[in-house]
Amino acid sequence: MKTKARLFAATALVGLSSLASTGAYAANLTLCWAAWDPANALIELSRDFEEQSGHSMSFEFVPWPNFADRMLNELNSRGQLCDLMIGDSQWIGLAAESGHYIQLNDFFDAEGISMDAFIPATVEGYAAWPKGSTNYWALPAFADVVGWTYRRDWFAREDLQAEFRELHGRDLDVPADLQELKEIAEFFQGREIDGRTVYGAALFTERGSEGITMGVTNVLYNFGFRYGTADNPYQLEGTVNSPGAVEGLEFYRALYECCTPPGSSDWYMSETIDAYRSGQVALQMNFAFIWPGVDQDANVGGDRSGYFTNPPGPDGHFAQLGGQGISVVSYSQNQDAALEYIKWFAQPEIQQRWWELGGFSALNDVVQADGFVDSQPFAQTFLDSMEIVQDFWAEPTYAELLLAMQNRVHRYVIAGEGTAQEALDALVRDWTEIFEDDGKM
Amino acid sequence: MTDSTLDRVARATPPRVARRIRGLSDRAIAWIFVAPTIILLLAVNIFPLIWTIYLSFTNYRANRPNAEVEWVGLRNYQRILSDPEIWQTMQATAHFLFWTLFFQVLIGFALAWLINQKFRGNNLWTTIIVLPMMLSPAVVGNFWTFLYQPQIGIFNNIISFFSGADPTSFSMIGDVRLAPWSIVIVDTWMWTPFVMLICLAGLRSIPDSIYEAAECDRASKWRQFWTITVPMVLPFLMLAVLFRGIENFKMFDLVVQLTGGGPGSTTELTSINLKREAFEKWRTGYASAYAVILFVTVFGLASIYVKALNRVKNR
Repeated sequence: MKTKARLFAATALVGLSSLASTGAYAANLTLCWAAWDPANALIELSRDFEEQSGHSMSFEFVPWPNFADRMLNELNSRGQLCDLMIGDSQWIGLAAESGHYIQLNDFFDAEGISMDAFIPATVEGYAAWPKGSTNYWALPAFADVVGWTYRRDWFAREDLQAEFRELHGRDLDVPADLQELKEIAEFFQGREIDGRTVYGAALFTERGSEGITMGVTNVLYNFGFRYGTADNPYQLEGTVNSPGAVEGLEFYRALYECCTPPGSSDWYMSETIDAYRSGQVALQMNFAFIWPGVDQDANVGGDRSGYFTNPPGPDGHFAQLGGQGISVVSYSQNQDAALEYIKWFAQPEIQQRWWELGGFSALNDVVQADGFVDSQPFAQTFLDSMEIVQDFWAEPTYAELLLAMQNRVHRYVIAGEGTAQEALDALVRDWTEIFEDDGKM
Repeated sequence: MTDSTLDRVARATPPRVARRIRGLSDRAIAWIFVAPTIILLLAVNIFPLIWTIYLSFTNYRANRPNAEVEWVGLRNYQRILSDPEIWQTMQATAHFLFWTLFFQVLIGFALAWLINQKFRGNNLWTTIIVLPMMLSPAVVGNFWTFLYQPQIGIFNNIISFFSGADPTSFSMIGDVRLAPWSIVIVDTWMWTPFVMLICLAGLRSIPDSIYEAAECDRASKWRQFWTITVPMVLPFLMLAVLFRGIENFKMFDLVVQLTGGGPGSTTELTSINLKREAFEKWRTGYASAYAVILFVTVFGLASIYVKALNRVKNR
């Protein structure tokens, strides 16, 4: 009897260990991300992983305005809801230092995944912490950047071309710099086109989450605003509130006042895309992720729309980085299966399919392949934009830094309180206090 | 002789337990019955309160559990009370509180008085009037953003119809001067029916005989209103003000959906500001001090108010 029991136990043990060693156990993986178009593409893409691995996938998608709140609460409370997190680039410092994500260096080495295979800006922006190091906490999953969409069909009209040429002495075309962009926006503001009043530009102005910061930085960077200096990353005085930065902030307010549709004081991604698709505006600031949707749109898609990178300003040519990396949550019970997913996702053929479905791959094999720039009308603009990206702080205190900027900038640009100099001086004081509390200054 | 239930229970009780209970006083038995409730209250109400007070003297951050927690004394309180932005949110809250209560009492009482007049279909009208308060505040906030939309919003077009102003020339939630009023209007629209219902209960509790006596004394309708209706409805009205005051002091969802606290911080009420400090910036210690200050303020004001309410009721 005893021998029989031992035999049974040994058989069971061998059976279990063989299952484990071949990875044949089936996990139910939950992937957390924002609720937007690319998330739907990822569901489609992940079916292939389910078939190959035998694991099943669940998805937890949260709308953008609540995404950071909801997901950071999940991480901070050490929740086990998410096995995989496609978290915003700015969270990387907090997630790494608080132990929310597992470090992936050993895994990448073991599986032969090289960060050199990805667009450098995405590695630095989405995967590395501290910045400039080779400690990786994520695999670049979705490359994104702020760029502009414009009504190519309106720009092509003879009457408008003639009027614009007479007014500005040049063709109505993609703006060469921010000043030209403003002139174009002014030109369209309040104009009657096809019996409808249209407006110049749809800008990011949202107050509650990160909207206005993600918008205004596209102007500030190009006017001379910097996050510290090369020698001192926390040198705020004279960089954040430099004369150029002040001028940039004044420019953004002027652009908001002269050229946006009425009632656009709290707009972010979805409101700006709605305004553009409904034919209200000639120009739209937004992240690149919307471009596949614009291209397919019944009202403004195809040849009716064009795309261009954020125009340069007097002191540089940058665009606000968006996008995310995919990480394994350290509180997950399914870390092995989650790593399997990342290994699968990093394969060039999967990344190629990701791009075809509307996901913006960051893999060089995909974006540098022959025919990539012709694969979509916005592909070249996407590549050019990724060359000029600049990200917001990714410090562990990023949320405080962001909220301070939301407050100061919204007060000046939308509420019209005080001067640009006062707003940026106040921002320097806020950020100094935050860094002092965090022991960084 | 038949056994009573008490006898049967006494016989069924095991001798050991019976001996122990017999030794207990009535007071002790009463304590045994209320103890679970008291323990629950201590666990979910009193302990968190004490813990919040403790945290308010530290630099604790809930998102950094590994960081060292320092005792900072009164620094959080000093920072809050000397921060002009906190006072600005207090001011925004006071503006919101005062005007919503003012309009809700005024309109709520007027509606209750009208509904109380005997006319055909007043039950139908009551149902229609109370509809807004049955909606979710988040939904109300969201759809009012559409009503306030300058290009297509009904609100702007109605104002335009009566004033002749271009509807796109003003933005209720984007203009610093109009935004505080935009939240007052929506809250008034939503919660006036609540005040109306309480006032209606007050009006219907006044016996007809008092009015009949006043008629006999040849008191005018105006005099009846001021000497009978108003004093007798006043305790109900004060109760409605207390409920709405407490609710509006912690107003969050409706305003977040409507304005997000903007433009700038024009409509950032204390509860929105507190939530940002606690759950977006994760300054738990600081937010705890903020919560303690608000708690003391509301508790103090509510206590004074309840005393006044009791005095009115006992008149």
